[in-house]
Amino acid sequence: MSATGDKQRLDGTPAPVVRIVGVSQRYGATAALEQVTLDLPAGGMLGLIGPDGVGKSTLLALIAGARVVQAGRVEVLGGDIGDRHHRAAVQPHIAYMPQGLGRNLYPTLSVFENVDFFGRLFGQDRHERSARIDDLLQSTGLTPFRDRPAAKLSGGMKQKLGLCCALIHDPDLLILDEPTTGVDPLSRRQFWELIDSIRARRPGMTVLVATAYMEEAARFDWLAAMDAGRVIGTGAPAALLKQTGETTLEGAFVALLPEEKRHDHHTLAIPPRPPSAEGATLAIEADGLTQRFGDFTAVDHVSFRIGRGEIFGFLGSNGCGKTTTMKMLTGLLPPSEGRALLFGQPVDARDIETRKQVGYMSQSFSLYGELSVRQNLDLHARLFHLPESAIAPRVDALVSRFDLTAYLDAAASELPLGIRQRLSLAVAVVHEPKLLILDEPTSGVDPVARDEFWALLIELSRQQGVTIFISTHFMNEAERCDRISLMHAGRVLASDTPAALCAARGMATLEDAFISYLEEASGIGSKPAAPAGGKAVAADVAEDGARAPDEGEGSSATADAGCAGKGGAGSPAQPPPWFSLRRLLGYSYREALELRRDPIRLVFALLGSVLLMFVLGFGISFDVEGLRFAALDRDQTPESREYLHNIAGSRYFIEQPPLRDQADLDRQMQRGELALAIEIPPGFGRDLRRGRATEIGVWVDGAMPYRGETIRGYVEGIHRQYLAAQVFAKTGAEAPAVASIESRYRYNQDVRSIYAMAPAVIPLLLIFIPAILMALGVVREKELGSITNLYVTPVTRLEFLIGKQLPYIAMSMLSFFLLVLQVIVFFDVPVKGSFLALSVGALLYVTATTGIGLLISTFTNTQIAALFGTAILTMLPTVQFSGLTSPVSSLEGLGYWIGQCFPATYFLIISRGVFTKALGFSELGTQFLALAAFIPVLTLASLALLRKQEK
Amino acid sequence: MKPSPTFSSRFLGHLSNIYRLGLKELRSLGADKVLLILIAWAFSGAIYEAATGTSLELRKAPVAVVDLDQSPLSRRLADALYPPYFRAPDKITLEEVDPAMDHGRYSFTIVIPSNFQRDLVAGRQPEVQLNIDATIMSQAFIGAGYIQNIAAAEIGEFLTGRRDGSEAAIKVVTRARFNPNLNGLWFGGVMEVINNITMLTIILVGAALIREREHGTIEHLLVMPLAPFEIMLAKIWANGLAVLAGASFALFVVVQQVLQVPIAGSTLLFLAAAALYLFAAASIGVYLGTVARSMPQLGLLIILVIIPLLLLSGGVTPRESMPAAVQDLMLLAPTTYFVRLAQAILYRGAGLTAVWVDLCAMLALGSVFFTLALLRFRRSVTQTQV
Repeated sequence: MSATGDKQRLDGTPAPVVRIVGVSQRYGATAALEQVTLDLPAGGMLGLIGPDGVGKSTLLALIAGARVVQAGRVEVLGGDIGDRHHRAAVQPHIAYMPQGLGRNLYPTLSVFENVDFFGRLFGQDRHERSARIDDLLQSTGLTPFRDRPAAKLSGGMKQKLGLCCALIHDPDLLILDEPTTGVDPLSRRQFWELIDSIRARRPGMTVLVATAYMEEAARFDWLAAMDAGRVIGTGAPAALLKQTGETTLEGAFVALLPEEKRHDHHTLAIPPRPPSAEGATLAIEADGLTQRFGDFTAVDHVSFRIGRGEIFGFLGSNGCGKTTTMKMLTGLLPPSEGRALLFGQPVDARDIETRKQVGYMSQSFSLYGELSVRQNLDLHARLFHLPESAIAPRVDALVSRFDLTAYLDAAASELPLGIRQRLSLAVAVVHEPKLLILDEPTSGVDPVARDEFWALLIELSRQQGVTIFISTHFMNEAERCDRISLMHAGRVLASDTPAALCAARGMATLEDAFISYLEEASGIGSKPAAPAGGKAVAADVAEDGARAPDEGEGSSATADAGCAGKGGAGSPAQPPPWFSLRRLLGYSYREALELRRDPIRLVFALLGSVLLMFVLGFGISFDVEGLRFAALDRDQTPESREYLHNIAGSRYFIEQPPLRDQADLDRQMQRGELALAIEIPPGFGRDLRRGRATEIGVWVDGAMPYRGETIRGYVEGIHRQYLAAQVFAKTGAEAPAVASIESRYRYNQDVRSIYAMAPAVIPLLLIFIPAILMALGVVREKELGSITNLYVTPVTRLEFLIGKQLPYIAMSMLSFFLLVLQVIVFFDVPVKGSFLALSVGALLYVTATTGIGLLISTFTNTQIAALFGTAILTMLPTVQFSGLTSPVSSLEGLGYWIGQCFPATYFLIISRGVFTKALGFSELGTQFLALAAFIPVLTLASLALLRKQEK
Repeated sequence: MKPSPTFSSRFLGHLSNIYRLGLKELRSLGADKVLLILIAWAFSGAIYEAATGTSLELRKAPVAVVDLDQSPLSRRLADALYPPYFRAPDKITLEEVDPAMDHGRYSFTIVIPSNFQRDLVAGRQPEVQLNIDATIMSQAFIGAGYIQNIAAAEIGEFLTGRRDGSEAAIKVVTRARFNPNLNGLWFGGVMEVINNITMLTIILVGAALIREREHGTIEHLLVMPLAPFEIMLAKIWANGLAVLAGASFALFVVVQQVLQVPIAGSTLLFLAAAALYLFAAASIGVYLGTVARSMPQLGLLIILVIIPLLLLSGGVTPRESMPAAVQDLMLLAPTTYFVRLAQAILYRGAGLTAVWVDLCAMLALGSVFFTLALLRFRRSVTQTQV
């Protein structure tokens, strides 16, 4: 059955809620969607099924308007979502929860603050928000956790919170991308019950869900199965089962796969485990293993024993402690309490020999993506010190056994997920370990590849006697293990064979058994409602199946509701205002909260600038002092000693023991021990007395040219004074100066570097740090995924930009006041001019510099790129072209123009002017105007470059 | 393998692991085009740019002259200021002096009073006023000295007709050693090589460690029969080698060939010292990589560490002029020793006997950071934030 067949069936029904025509989407060379044409019926629960990476998320993002449609047409709620105006009009009626636990939430914000923020984005006033939030938290059972930060919620609670955020504005179309992946079965069941109750209250709402769990898809009204960017089947679950003649949806999905993908797929058979030899030591023995991180107990007294050759499974949700337990067994984490034995030996991180018996596959793909398949295998074989002659045959054997021949020279990062996991397993067994520890090796892998992977595991276990310790959150995988442990919240609830666990709770399936254990553990007790709910779900599915033939009726009824929703979105309903102060301040408020709770960024912003002020204030010093000098006095007369005494008396020079000879002078200068050496020729005193011309040799260390030049200036100055004193002593009169040159060192009478540098470093720091933090603030959202909220809510780009900028301006001003205080108190540099003028200048300036950060953030995608990009782009022009060390008017050509077009140039003049030249507003008018002019230019540029949709 | 391997086979095993892991490190680096471009630029264009760009020496200082005299002598004084030290002076009025200096348009203004030439000839000792903007530290002192010398010479020549009309009995012959013309390009180019060695080594090694932590590959290595010090040493030698190759190119091609800077001492000795310094800097990088929990944190940390290292180690301004406390504190940074010995070797032609103490200090400090990193290594791996 294809999408076109489905379309025909729907032709008689009113407009679908979503209509997708010929949509293709590519990311670089990989195609995420290929020519997808699909109509989604309005109303009801719609599911997209298929493993990771088949294009489900892309499709949902396109429907939500989060991504730009590359080719084809996507119509949502009666209009083209690619059209900006339609998007703005319908976005208040769509809610989108992206994939990943709490991905569009803000981890440091509390439950209440998260929902509150979303309320602000939809322009709700305080009264409306608080009423809605109370209601939502009540119905999701989150009220007791109102003030808990989102980061500290369990996976299930995070998803409930995500749901609250999505429902705050009564959407007509609710899009959920894998909302239950990695969530424990009880929370999963509660989640769906919640959705059901919400739908009961809002029957017109269409819920579109992507999921990788086939079991839960069975209860949806309508499904679209996807594979490799294509839709391979649509219809009600029962219809799909009937069409393929399978009994489970998973089976139906495999049957719908193209021929070449399932050619060698057959139901997996697991041969029974041969009885282990008597008295053999256990492979793993864990006794009261406990792991605490601070006051959080990740693993709480876990004990189990695993025999040799056994396949032992850990079943549990994300964050229940599976990974932590495995890390303790591999020695990566020393346990806080308890002990673990591998083959009778205590686990010891330094015990190289035990590690040779263990193969480990961590949760994420952890091979070197840039190395090829062969290089990865070869590297690991060598690191395990396989004999040189054995390496090539072993690699060849693994390549053929794991069917990697076709990919031998491909970079590991380019491989499809299923192949990558096979490679990981091949690498983990390269040294023929006796024990394999596999942490969720099959998450995200499609059912066929998963079965192939299991076939390899079974072969390793049954034929080679390898013990396998595996964790999973798939029930059907757990059922394949010899024995499993059910884990929840750091504790093992029960351990036995899957069949025995079911029998112990009197349940038909492992899932029900697990839920029953979970209820017992969380103290809900087996009140009749929960199991009854489970049955009700099953009944629903059966009913759906029965109703399948007259699907048209149901569709039309729900489509009406969809139309009503659409009508609300379209003509009479006001498109949201193009600018809303509430949305803008919503972003400001949230950013300020996040900033306040992020110690690293806060410390960097405030203490970092203070630290750098010290460093730069002392470091960029033009004072040349404390210079070591020594004399080579070949004369040794009172006159020569007097001359040298003159130099030694200068505050710039520190006299060293006299030099013995020329070689001594050379040696000491070469070692850098002397900055200056003075050679007085023999007969100096005699010549002087007779009034004969004589020459003094001065050696200056020129290795550091600026210093050399200054030393030369000092020596010449001292020499002139000496000569004048000589004349005075002889004639008793002032030197017959013909004309005098009166030098006035203005603004800095002592010519002390710090007076000049401290006011100049303030502009440097106020561009560097604010711009970096601003850029990070935006790019963080891109990296963590919460940028989606810009894409799919009515907030406009201008509100987003300015809203995010305000807290950073405030923080930079605080930093400014700290810096000024530091300069006055620690560097003893007074503010001579108008402090008000300086502050107003600083305000304009940090607005401009955070604007630069915003601009950079629009074209960088990773925090690290934003960090160094901003650092280089702000540092270089500030240090070189804005007059920090040499005045802008000394520059020429490009450097001059960069200086003219850079805000630091103008604030530098203001800062130096106010600090050292006692200036105020009236004298610095042009500088203020120039600074102010940067602000709209930068904002407009960021506005033009920021995207309201992902590409 | 046998249960109790001999010492030498264990040693060879360690070496082999370090070698293999290092090769992998080089491959990873080779696959990262952005980093390669960064390294290439840092040791070619950036060196040239820094050497020929703005410098601290007096160059094209903006000057204005208020000529109230309008005599041949006053014009002669104004004309005596010309590039490269000064820009050709602007002629302004007395009223313009204050606002122009307030806005920093001129570093120097010279006011020649009316009747200057007449008074001079009449022996009335007229006074020229030289206003110096003392907030322009790089120009103020030296520039003022130059202007005084130039003016005195012009006046002397005007009166006596002789240029060196000095009747002084004692002449000072100043010779700048190691850089006779005090050419700033010599200094800037080589110091930029040193700065970029510091910056790149710390960034490359720190980022390589964090990247492996974020990808989980480091855990993978730790469950294999590998010791943390092998992993660390592999990162150090591989990234160090890349930086050393870049630094050699910068020294031999950019500094010696393109910029034509003469190198006084042994370049081989310098490169050997650089290799030792790379160990120390890379150890700091590994250490930072164990302290930070994510790449952005590492970035912020690196900024706070590198800027003091570059500015306070004596590579930009002389150490003597810093406060004593800062000087003492910077003795804990290997960069201080490297800058000192690099200046000694490259400019002053110092040999091993002159720099061996600094070499030992770098080795010791490098070992301290290496040990600190080693102590944190295992613990840090479990604290990664992804």
